[in-house]
Amino acid sequence: MINVLYFASFREMLGKADEQIKADHSTVGALIESLATRGENWQKALLDNQNLQIAVNHDVAQRDTMIKAGDEIAFFPPVTGG
Amino acid sequence: MSDYPHIKIQQEDFDLTTEVAALRAGHKDIGAVVSFVGTVRDINEGDEVSILELEHYPGMTEKALEKIRLEAHERWALESSLIIHRIGKMYPTDQIVLVAVSSRHRENAFYASHFIMDYLKTNAPFWKKETLPNGDERWVDARVTDKEAENRWVK
Repeated sequence: MINVLYFASFREMLGKADEQIKADHSTVGALIESLATRGENWQKALLDNQNLQIAVNHDVAQRDTMIKAGDEIAFFPPVTGG
Repeated sequence: MSDYPHIKIQQEDFDLTTEVAALRAGHKDIGAVVSFVGTVRDINEGDEVSILELEHYPGMTEKALEKIRLEAHERWALESSLIIHRIGKMYPTDQIVLVAVSSRHRENAFYASHFIMDYLKTNAPFWKKETLPNGDERWVDARVTDKEAENRWVK
């Protein structure tokens, strides 16, 4: 399994903060493709979003970052702290 | 020195004098301390703001801030540094963030504190949500100017 987290506006738009998903995606991009089939909000937030931010195990990642069972993958909008 | 917390994510407010005293404790070679405090404005994008709520990504936030802090230590000769970022609900005039840096000579502390704040803005996973006086809520958009501010430090 992988642990997938959604933050800020993503959490609200997608209606969940985190979920466990079966680890059968080789990359973040493959996971996004799969999640995007859930509906319009998912496609808009993850697949069609040029500003999508990704982290794998607390490090900044890209769509081609490899993932494996036990990983924590997070999706979020550009950060606005400070 | 190793027990001193260099990164603090907390709901409660902080006291600048206390924090700077802790930063300086045990360092007789410090000649300069630069501190930056970010505070909540009562207006953003032309609208009055009643509440500002800070969300973060526990675990990644600490890692991202420590990475920024250590990079500042690599780039400039610093004696000590501290980053405090508050989370949760805040109100206009409240303190949100503190960056404090000490060094032997002032120039390094000035540069390093500026660098840490610019990188924190664009790399640490925090998100702001504003509540307007009529109760409407909105997520704050990332600013292009923050990305430009980060880019000035690219080597």
